[in-house]
Amino acid sequence: MEAVIALSIGVLFASGVWLILRPRTFQVIIGLLLISYAVNLFIFIMGRLSVNQPPLALQAGTDTNLFADPVTQALVLTAIVIGFATTALYLVLLLTSRGLSGTDHVDGREPSA
Amino acid sequence: MSTTLDLLIMLPVLLPLLLGAVLVLLGGRPTLKFALNLGGTLALLVLALTLYWLTDHDVWPDGVGVYLAGNWVAPFGITMVVDRLAALMLLLAALIATAALLYSLRRWSRAGVHFHSLFQFLLAGINGSFLTGDLFNLFVFFEIMLAASYGLLLLGLQPGRVRASMQYVVINLVASSFFLIGVALIYAACGTLNMADLAVRAATLDDGQRLLLETGAAVLAIAFLTKSAMWPLGFWLPTTYAAAAPPVAAMLVLMTKVGIYVIVRLWLLVFAEQQDSWAALSGSALVAGGLLTLAFGTLGLLGSQEPGRMAGFCAIISSGTLLAVIGYGGTAVVGAALFYLASSTLAVAAFMLLLDLIGRVRNPSVEMLAITMEAFDIDDAPDDSAGVAIPAATAFLGLSFMACVLIITGLPPLSGFVAKFSLFHALLNAGAISALTLGLIALVVVSGLAAIISLMRFGVRVFWSNPDMQPPRLHPSEALPASGLLLACIALSIAAGPASSYMDRTASALHEPQLYIERVLSTRPVTTENAP
Repeated sequence: MEAVIALSIGVLFASGVWLILRPRTFQVIIGLLLISYAVNLFIFIMGRLSVNQPPLALQAGTDTNLFADPVTQALVLTAIVIGFATTALYLVLLLTSRGLSGTDHVDGREPSA
Repeated sequence: MSTTLDLLIMLPVLLPLLLGAVLVLLGGRPTLKFALNLGGTLALLVLALTLYWLTDHDVWPDGVGVYLAGNWVAPFGITMVVDRLAALMLLLAALIATAALLYSLRRWSRAGVHFHSLFQFLLAGINGSFLTGDLFNLFVFFEIMLAASYGLLLLGLQPGRVRASMQYVVINLVASSFFLIGVALIYAACGTLNMADLAVRAATLDDGQRLLLETGAAVLAIAFLTKSAMWPLGFWLPTTYAAAAPPVAAMLVLMTKVGIYVIVRLWLLVFAEQQDSWAALSGSALVAGGLLTLAFGTLGLLGSQEPGRMAGFCAIISSGTLLAVIGYGGTAVVGAALFYLASSTLAVAAFMLLLDLIGRVRNPSVEMLAITMEAFDIDDAPDDSAGVAIPAATAFLGLSFMACVLIITGLPPLSGFVAKFSLFHALLNAGAISALTLGLIALVVVSGLAAIISLMRFGVRVFWSNPDMQPPRLHPSEALPASGLLLACIALSIAAGPASSYMDRTASALHEPQLYIERVLSTRPVTTENAP
């Protein structure tokens, strides 16, 4: 399971990096989204991989090894919300830029061929 | 009665957050909104002064105040901590914010919707970053600050600003991803995100976890170094500064210092005291990065003609000097670095505001606001550039420009000179003088020389050899903030003795992290007297 998770995070991140280096704003925003997915997954598995374990102990004295780490789950929720909001903001920005400059190139003008 | 005082620690974050939310609801009443915004910012200034006084007068043990949010004990709940360094940064932030806000009275506060809310949210984010004692909260406050700055950067919508914003936003989003990766790695290694707890646990890790922690810290550092514009992570800075509206640019100058603040705080708290090879390695990485940044800033300053970019490179030089000197380490050196930080931040922020006024001498036709006016359908177009012409405006501008140059380049008699002199003094007395020390001093001197050449060239071109120069029309609300910031610098040079002894106390507290750690971890939750 570790290998699968690690590979998928790596592939997501690499695709994201490739995309944000592209010249079109749409590619850049998709790249940013992929990177944020990779990062969210990464935070999540930092609480160690576990299957079928609840994050909360309802009775005192329960063996803590039977529970998933709740902190990373809380962190990843916050990170998702913030990442979502800032990416939405970038979306507005790229539409503004498209409207003002008439091109979707990140420099706001087409490169002279 | 320290519990009531502890509440003060939370206020610099709460007040702007609430005020920002209220300002959203007020709709189109610019005068009322401006008055509220100014009132809030002045209240922040008073708060910062109070905290500054409290941390320095034995009100709290060791000058560290701790506020436990929701009454949860330190490693588990959210902790807000104020110490001398945080109080100093809060004061700096409040000073620059007041100046930037006053400056925006005539034009910029009306150049976009929700300027006032964004301004308050920016302050909430900045103050929160200074006060938080927890890595993940630092991330949250960073994002509040950044989100507000994205909005403010677009103030007075122009194609150039949109283009600069696109780069700025993408770079910061990527840096935030690095921030999160670093935080996750540190959590995986230590199982805690509280900075004080982290410092305790970092000492007890085995080798594997230690490696994980160090990797995490290195990734985290990328995020902060991007913010503080270390070469090669700082190419975004000159473009962004040149594009931003002047009051916003002044606030951006402050934001690069947030990155520096975090590095000083985290590095000295968690890593610098641990005598192993990694601490030495990270220190020399900071020095090397700082030197490269300094060189880059110097070359860039010599090569740039446009005033906005020149100011940007001045900010880069200031960042580079600070990074190199902080990496060099030593109590006296860090104390001098803090003095330099205060003086250079105020001066570069004042420079940002002055450049806009100087722009009117160079090109009297007022910069266009047309696109904004059209885009937001703003009715009450402010009268063109300013109302009253204050007497001897040109002389005022020239003198202020000269004062600014003196401080930025570090020539006597103003605070820039005091700062650089005490830096050199501390560097030379910090122990064995190596080639590195001399190289650092030489580079700082050369960067000052480059700044003199570049700024003098600009000044001569504007004030002396400008055939169609006209006396600019300045409004007092524009002239006051810039001169106010400069006056703060002058006050800093007159009160250099008390100021630098405060900085030295700050630096020595930073070099005894166990006091900070003990205060944070030993703070008990408040118990109510008639608890059941």
